[in-house]
Amino acid sequence: MMKRYVYINDDELSQDLYCDNRISNRKYTILNFLPKNLWEQFSRFMNQYFLLIACLQLWPLITPVNPASTWGPLIFIFAVSATKEAWDDYNRYLSDKKANEKEVWVVRQGIKKHIQAQDIRVGSLVWLRENDEVPCDLVLIGTSEPQGICYVETAALDGETDLKTRVIPSACMGIDFELLHKIKGVIECPNPDKDIRRFDANLRLFPPFIDNDVCPLTIRNTILQSCYLRNTEWACGIAVYTGNETKLGMSRGIPEPKLTAVDAMIDKLTGAIFVFQIVVVIVLGIAGNVWKDTEARKQWYVLYPNEGPWYELLIIPLRFELLCSIMIPISIKVSLDLVKSLYAKFIDWDTEMIDIETGTTSNAANTAISEDLGQVEYILTDKTGTLTENKMIFKRCCVGGVFYGNESGDALKDVELLNAVTSGSADTIRFLTVMAICNTVIPMQSKSGAISYKAQSQDEEALVRAAARLHMVFVNKNVNILEINFNASIVQYEVLDTLEFTSDRKRMSVVVKDCKSGNIVLLSKGADEAILPYACAGQQTRTFADAVEQYAQLGLRTFCLAWRDLEEDEYREWSLMFKEANSTLVDREWRVAEVCQRLEHDFEILGVAAIEDRLQDGVPETIETLRKAGINFWMLTGDKQKTAIQIALSCNFVSPEPKGQLLLINGKTEDEVCRSLERVLLTMRITNSEPKDVAFVVDGWALEIALKHYRKAFTELAILSRTAICCRVTPSQKAQLVELLKSCDYKTLAIGDGGNDVRMIQQADIGVGINGREGLQAARAADYSIGKFRFLKRLILVHGRYSYNRTAFLSQYSFYKSLLICFIQILFSFISGVSGTSLFNSVSLMAYNVVFTSVPVLVSVLDKDLSERTVMQHPQILFYCQAGRLLNPSTFAGWFGRSLFHAIVVFVITLHAYAHEKSEMEEVSMVAFSGCIWLQAFVVALETNSFTILQYLAIWGNLAAFYIINWIVSGLPSSGMYMIMFRLCRQPSYWMTMFLIVAAGMGPVLALKYFRYTYRPSKINLLQQAERLGGPILSLGNIEPQERSLEKDVSPLSIAQSKNRSPVFEPLLSDSPNSTKTTFGTPFDFFQSQSRLSSSYSRNCKDN
Amino acid sequence: MAETDGASESSSTSAKKASKKPKYSRFTQQELPACKPILTPALVITTFILIGIIFIPIGLASLFASEKVVEVVDRYDKDCVPSTYSDNSLAYIQSTNTNKTCIRSLTVPKKMTSPIYIYYQLDNFYQNHRRYVKSRSDKQLRSRENEREIKDCVPEDKTDGKSPIVPCGLIAWSLFNDTYMFSSKNEVLRVNKKGISWKSDQDYKFGSDVYPKNFQKGHLIGGAKLNESIPLSQQEDLIVWMRTAALPTFRKLYGKIEVDLEANQKITVEIENNYNAYSFGGTKKLILSTTSWIGGKNDFLGVAYLTIGGLCIFMAIGFILLYIVKPRPLGDPSFLSWNRNPAGHVN
Repeated sequence: MMKRYVYINDDELSQDLYCDNRISNRKYTILNFLPKNLWEQFSRFMNQYFLLIACLQLWPLITPVNPASTWGPLIFIFAVSATKEAWDDYNRYLSDKKANEKEVWVVRQGIKKHIQAQDIRVGSLVWLRENDEVPCDLVLIGTSEPQGICYVETAALDGETDLKTRVIPSACMGIDFELLHKIKGVIECPNPDKDIRRFDANLRLFPPFIDNDVCPLTIRNTILQSCYLRNTEWACGIAVYTGNETKLGMSRGIPEPKLTAVDAMIDKLTGAIFVFQIVVVIVLGIAGNVWKDTEARKQWYVLYPNEGPWYELLIIPLRFELLCSIMIPISIKVSLDLVKSLYAKFIDWDTEMIDIETGTTSNAANTAISEDLGQVEYILTDKTGTLTENKMIFKRCCVGGVFYGNESGDALKDVELLNAVTSGSADTIRFLTVMAICNTVIPMQSKSGAISYKAQSQDEEALVRAAARLHMVFVNKNVNILEINFNASIVQYEVLDTLEFTSDRKRMSVVVKDCKSGNIVLLSKGADEAILPYACAGQQTRTFADAVEQYAQLGLRTFCLAWRDLEEDEYREWSLMFKEANSTLVDREWRVAEVCQRLEHDFEILGVAAIEDRLQDGVPETIETLRKAGINFWMLTGDKQKTAIQIALSCNFVSPEPKGQLLLINGKTEDEVCRSLERVLLTMRITNSEPKDVAFVVDGWALEIALKHYRKAFTELAILSRTAICCRVTPSQKAQLVELLKSCDYKTLAIGDGGNDVRMIQQADIGVGINGREGLQAARAADYSIGKFRFLKRLILVHGRYSYNRTAFLSQYSFYKSLLICFIQILFSFISGVSGTSLFNSVSLMAYNVVFTSVPVLVSVLDKDLSERTVMQHPQILFYCQAGRLLNPSTFAGWFGRSLFHAIVVFVITLHAYAHEKSEMEEVSMVAFSGCIWLQAFVVALETNSFTILQYLAIWGNLAAFYIINWIVSGLPSSGMYMIMFRLCRQPSYWMTMFLIVAAGMGPVLALKYFRYTYRPSKINLLQQAERLGGPILSLGNIEPQERSLEKDVSPLSIAQSKNRSPVFEPLLSDSPNSTKTTFGTPFDFFQSQSRLSSSYSRNCKDN
Repeated sequence: MAETDGASESSSTSAKKASKKPKYSRFTQQELPACKPILTPALVITTFILIGIIFIPIGLASLFASEKVVEVVDRYDKDCVPSTYSDNSLAYIQSTNTNKTCIRSLTVPKKMTSPIYIYYQLDNFYQNHRRYVKSRSDKQLRSRENEREIKDCVPEDKTDGKSPIVPCGLIAWSLFNDTYMFSSKNEVLRVNKKGISWKSDQDYKFGSDVYPKNFQKGHLIGGAKLNESIPLSQQEDLIVWMRTAALPTFRKLYGKIEVDLEANQKITVEIENNYNAYSFGGTKKLILSTTSWIGGKNDFLGVAYLTIGGLCIFMAIGFILLYIVKPRPLGDPSFLSWNRNPAGHVN
């Protein structure tokens, strides 16, 4: 393993070894900006293509139009994205500069000096005062507090807003303030990494600070860059990592850009158009060469030379290539980027997605993937803090076999418990003691005497608060001395060691010494399976197991509390091992766990505490709505199975017994898991056609085996099942499940709130983070962050759906308008001797793409096909987005056909109306061009569902602008089309031609659309009609019961399978939650999801 | 005690964050007042009927206008080749020794009121061919200084002696050179050749200080020659010719007759048949035509308007019938079943 040795306060040694503290987040420098940015832009195929076209146009022999018509837009597009990059980079530079030039106090040659933050070197001694920002990663060596602690706020690092304590290493304890300037020593630490929870290093001080011991350092001895020093007058530390090598700097990375399904489809269609273009070019190229050799040689006025250059055969195909290059709209990327950032802004602006409690707005960190929100098929959700509030309240407990709080539902109000406390029952008092001090909570006493608790774990805080209510008040924590106020008498404990909680150990313990009696005890709390098996011989754990079971069925979180008296010798022996384990550099976590295990056994179980975590507002409704929208829900939680199932039931995740069925996959060995999996799969296949809610439940262990050995079967199960509950899964398993669903080509959305969800969130197509109580880590990693789970409904159904619809229209329309003009060019080539003449002039071609057709379509970002209310009432409509019904090869074929039809209309009408003596190139060109503009205005108008003032302005204003711009251009004598527009506008036949083109072009389109709209309406059309006519939409709730009957006879899939299904199914999960239904507080909504678009079925739809 | 403290803190943070709250506007909330039309039968059928009602009268009016235009067309390219050359018209036209004069006689079908426009029409002549259409130099035509702006004019850019041709390029080089002399009742009908080109072209595109130079002096003679003492802005035949046609069949204005012609009046035309349309199988026609508000004789617009108008009425009637036969209430919720296979409704 690579290590670095940091020599404290040594101005010569480490000077050049490591980088200075200059922070640089910049992507570019002034010198490399242009080449680097260009290189990045040209790594995209589209841009390469456009560049090639633009270069070919520089060859005057083949270019049909002025090269400016391609170079103009190309340079514009490049300039736009380069400017954006430059602006972002400039802002990064400014913030870097601010951070780098911040003044800090550093000791140099034994003297305190004021220098800029960027001049800090590894090994420098940095002084901080209260509320200073930490400029680099420091190892703490001195603070103003006599106990050698300081408080830091780490919000910028991990998003956790509570204060954390940091302590100076034991070796530095008690060093005088003056002497700190002269301290010398060496810190042995690993090379920079990005793990903000780990720092395994050692410190050795040099004489005169004789301390021969190597002193271990952990993350608790460090204060990291971007933290703030709070409640501490001053602190000083040694810089160990600087500049971009700090923990924060290392974890900063540019996330991989995500590509939406819509983008992928657009790329695919672009590819198809490209192939089509090549075919057209080849066919026309051959035709052109043949025509040239047979006809054009006879045309003396063309004066073809008899012998051409060697590339002569290539000239005509290349000309057509350039002529057809507009088939792929150059503006599409810019338009899409523009509208996508507007979609993101709409999410940011949405006042209905503001969390009133905290005032947090929703935020779209990733502006590019809004369409994917509308295509989500699977939602993988965390439980704690996502579905629930993560506001823990102590509700019940079982102490020494007695259940408290069962009647009232709140143990704190249970008279029996209060009596037990006042009467001083030993078990109860020990139970309360564990509740009060077996934790890492910091009590903060305000001046008024009120105590508030700063805790990293919500559970611990709940326990401490409950203990306080039961007269066991945790008053003060003075380094290692804990003060507890029990019944008005102060009890003091000295904390000897803290055996921290890890997700592997599933428990935490403290070793404390009673200051009065000197007894050493181990206090533990943790999950039942981490405590109960280690009970001392002879203790009956049966009652506790029952209690855990009972509480879990109520959806409560349970903790087993345990106690163990330690012998002085045993502790001392263990303490040495613990210290050693803590100072290892390799696999420290594992070694520590192993050592902890040696102490954590022979527990005396005191009882079980149950904590309620209430569901967030609107969670059941949100899940129900989204399930109706055809979205499958998977719950991935670290919690235990019973709790998870209960929560799942109470939030409509699965339906209770008669309708719902839970299939359990369990087993500890491969065989068991295999059998269980096959049985579940079999049931799943049969029940698939039934209107039954079948969900499978799997725990982390079985999942591990299933993913490893039976991936295929499990994948099938995943496809068949609409609902799954995965309990006791680790963060990496969460990510694996996302990966599994993604590999089946499903659009996944992962939502979570805590650090353990980050991997899943990053892995999923869309990551949504909840600004939760567990900090902002998830929200930072996510593409979207919202305040509450219920906003997900609006995010998907409103923002996702609109974004998809709008992009679907915008992208296809972009192709339509480009194809329209291109088809006219191709048609014209047939009457111009297949020679590749452009009908349109350069100015028109350029303005067409950049101005005349992009403005009206951009306002489609305001288009709404259905009102938000209708969509919320009929979430099933999301199906059209999920299955990609609005943007796929067949809808694209429709647009393709339309552009061909419109091209023929424009071309034929123009040529016939402007035949004979009127057949003048510039005039005909402008007539055809105006025809295109008129048509596209009406096409946009016809495809717009709701006209706001902006739409009117853009569509009709654009048409007016077309004439104004052309009049201006026609007024310039130097332009090719001098006077053309004035001449045309004076001719009645020009206007007649325009109206004819519009009527002939739009008539059939309107008729077809009307016919479909009325006689073959899509669900969207029906809802539109219902909504606008204000008719039966409101009574739609009534018709839902009858749908069930329809389902069976219509879906062919169901019929085929229903024949061979057996009539009765025994629930496989015998202890299914039916019985608890009445006891559980939340009323169930037994609404059965209507949209049983089973996965295989939506598969089918996807394929067409 | 602990609770109160926490609560006050959270409320203060919420107050702080609330100030960051986005400002509400109807635009940001996507709630701009909107008109949401839908395709109701009434709307669509009315639209079609309206289009029909408007289009049919316009169609009739333009057909009527087109009918009123009197047009005399005479194709002369074949008949003006002497019978001895009928198999070898190319040799006839290319020879400098043959007599190119040809007398044609036309009959005016109806009374033609002045001005009567004289056009020549070429068929199968690709003025829009890329090689042809690009072979010109607008700069050179515009002003004298740009005499050497000839890079687009290849191969008719300069003489062997490397001095530039003015006007250069294939278009000018192939200038049409048939001439017509009209007489009626042994009286010469004066043809006004002034004002046949666009005024804007004369003023801005063709310079009044640009004189033809080295024109048709090469070993290959294309079409007409130009009088080198007249500036380009006065060479109206050239200006007309240089307005290239978009179609391989086109008419160009030759001149105007400014007297009325009576019905059945016989007109004799003395044609100087110089232009080679034989090598590529083109035809040449002489046209006398009056004009109307819609332009020359062109039935297309009228016919098209009548057709579209008729179709719209027809479509409207069809939709009405369909509506009566198969009434379909809009927004009928009975069609709104989410369990039917929506695959049938792909749109």
